[in-house]
Amino acid sequence: MASSFTRLISSPRNAAVLASLGAGTLAGGLWLNENSTLIADTKKKLYPPSADFPDLRKHNNCMAKALTPAIYAKLRDKLTPNNWSLDQCIQTGVDNPGHPFIKTVGAVAGDEETYEVFAALFDPIIKDRHGGYDPKTMKHPTDLDSSKLKNGVFDNKYVLSSRVRTGRSIRGLSLPPACSRAERREVERVTVTALSGLKGDLAGQYYSLEGMSDKEQQQLIDDHFLFDKPVSPLLTCAFMARDWPDARGIWHNKDKNFLIWVNEEDHTRVISMEKGGNMKSVFDRFCTGLKQVEHLIQERGWEFMWNERLGYVLTCPSNLGTGLRAGVHVKLPHLSLDARFSKILENLRLQKRGTGGVDTAAVGDTFDISNNDRLGKSEVELVQLLVDGVHYLIECEKKLEKGQEIKVPPFIELFK
Amino acid sequence: MPFGNTHNNFKLNFKTEEEFPDLSKHNNHMAKLLTPELYGKLRDRQTPSGFTLDDVIQTGVDNPGHPFIMTVGCVAGDEESYEVFKELFDPIISDRHGGYKATDKHKTDMNFENLKGGDDLDPAYVLSSRVRTGRSIKGYSLPPHTSRGERRAIERLSVEALAPLEGEFKGKYYPLKSMTDAEQDALINDHFLFDKPVSPLLTCAGMARDWPDGRGIWHNDDKTFLVWVNEEDHLRVISMQQGGNMREVFRRFCVGLTKIEEVFKNHNHGFMWNEHLGYVLTCPSNLGTGLRGGVHVKLPKLSVHAKFEEILTRLRLQKRGTGGVDTASVGGVFDISNADRLGSSEVAQVQMVVDGVKLMVEMEKKLEKGEAIDSMIPSQK
Repeated sequence: MASSFTRLISSPRNAAVLASLGAGTLAGGLWLNENSTLIADTKKKLYPPSADFPDLRKHNNCMAKALTPAIYAKLRDKLTPNNWSLDQCIQTGVDNPGHPFIKTVGAVAGDEETYEVFAALFDPIIKDRHGGYDPKTMKHPTDLDSSKLKNGVFDNKYVLSSRVRTGRSIRGLSLPPACSRAERREVERVTVTALSGLKGDLAGQYYSLEGMSDKEQQQLIDDHFLFDKPVSPLLTCAFMARDWPDARGIWHNKDKNFLIWVNEEDHTRVISMEKGGNMKSVFDRFCTGLKQVEHLIQERGWEFMWNERLGYVLTCPSNLGTGLRAGVHVKLPHLSLDARFSKILENLRLQKRGTGGVDTAAVGDTFDISNNDRLGKSEVELVQLLVDGVHYLIECEKKLEKGQEIKVPPFIELFK
Repeated sequence: MPFGNTHNNFKLNFKTEEEFPDLSKHNNHMAKLLTPELYGKLRDRQTPSGFTLDDVIQTGVDNPGHPFIMTVGCVAGDEESYEVFKELFDPIISDRHGGYKATDKHKTDMNFENLKGGDDLDPAYVLSSRVRTGRSIKGYSLPPHTSRGERRAIERLSVEALAPLEGEFKGKYYPLKSMTDAEQDALINDHFLFDKPVSPLLTCAGMARDWPDGRGIWHNDDKTFLVWVNEEDHLRVISMQQGGNMREVFRRFCVGLTKIEEVFKNHNHGFMWNEHLGYVLTCPSNLGTGLRGGVHVKLPKLSVHAKFEEILTRLRLQKRGTGGVDTASVGGVFDISNADRLGSSEVAQVQMVVDGVKLMVEMEKKLEKGEAIDSMIPSQK
């Protein structure tokens, strides 16, 4: 065993040290363990960053666009305080060259410090993904005062359901790509303990993926609440499905309109939803629920990951800021056939998805319409954007029904 | 690169019972043998290149079981893994390889002339013959752990080693990254092309990272000798041809491997081997010879005979479908190969295939004539 390493090492001192170990002894293994920096240093010399630089020529994601050999060379040998590395951040983007429908991000954070330690890569990714938001100079506004929302109720003839989701990370624990089993179980414990303190119409129950009965499982499937082990390689290549289903679960209130996923793609995903077009009610419950959960974890000395630069810190850079996706399922049979549909959505800063969510195509004439943006605008501002935009779409639909003319609205700038 | 568990020292802040995986629904060798005590003992260790216990077992934690076979549930990240995590690997190796002890020595015999017979398997029944093994190159991490730089270095060295081969071994390397559509189609039609692993047994062990970077296929002009680079092992070496001349297949296998090993040794990167474990490979199931010698053979009557499984067990053989592991047989044609890898030599294992298949073909012929085969059933080898 020692001989293979004496070949790797050029310095005579190191060679002598290792040759003295003898071959194949357990003690040798442990001794080298204490001095594993010796091996790490040797490997760094044998394999400079240029040897490890990924081949991204066929790739189309934000990471591939932003990662230069110079940035890689600067960051490859750095580690966050939890020992998370750059290679681990970008593995998902290396393994997944592109996505048919959307430009993916191609990098994930393993912990809160990732965004600092690897800022040279993540800042340009954030800028690219979030419409020019510059984390070095700009501040993100957080506003969960739902009373500010105007005109938050839609025509039920068109809007079948309304939903707002976000994510929250527990400060001090590694994120899903990096967390150990113990950390993941701690996230579950902290979250479930806090949720058990919710009262009134927010009172609910936790169903761990591992321990749920067949009956509970079927009910959750029927309610469209159950999340399954990720199959998307975007997630599995980012190490997020490890140890499944250990410490994963679903919490929801009695009325089934406030729902929390534990340890899926983020520590927590928080969802408020209901049938029909009452986005105001959905957003009210969203904000109230979130504030109460935050208060409950703070009582026990925990807090959410948040900072002025990036807002709420989540696993995927695409969800930084508010992490908020507010959306509706809306019937637009005439508008969706109009050639200007995509342009109208683009100008309103909205996106369409199929009713199965991301990665699905629309079925019939019902679309999932939601806000594009996450960072640089507050929760209130983004939900207002969605609300105003959906009203506009419904107006267009009504006009087309009557054979009237519609107009493409002016493009809404994100940052003025 | 350890792929999800770098921060081993950080994890030591948590108690063993907080980190111990839930293996209550699991059925693989690792789950059978890993106790909280053993986990506690091994969790603060790492190999010199940084592979940790959690790296070793991740695939077994993520994959509770397999419908057809008892999986191993752990992998090595480098040569030292088997040493540093001895207390886990030794019992798993013993369980998987018929009681092989920590003190046992493995015999390597790559001298094809020691094989008796093997050139006369009836081609009316034996459609094709094949021998495969794996080889790991000393001085590099194994596929679960390699960085891109290492994997590319392995590829470069392998291509260098294969390039000077002459005569029946003259061939060409096709990197997965840059093969043309025409080349790809030809390799698929020849049944040579390997694809990005989809089996979670492999993906959860980190073996598909950076695909297809550093991966490729080399084969000789005759298409009878084939090397896979950086799939589940550094090298997978395959000798094959139509018909029943297993002797010739084995000859080419031994000669080719010996030539390749020479070149690697000259570059100061011989194959990983030791006298206890034989050839060191990624999965403990392939230790020893790493050899699977097999045939595609027509046994429609024997395969439905009540004693078929028993005969296979006694002959130390296993059956698979003609699509390989995880497939069922089609049209009474089976893939029959040696079950053992560790504790007997290459020659001995191929001998078992040759003798066993010969016997089974004779049984098939007897059954065709409506005769009984009870007197032919062998004792346990």
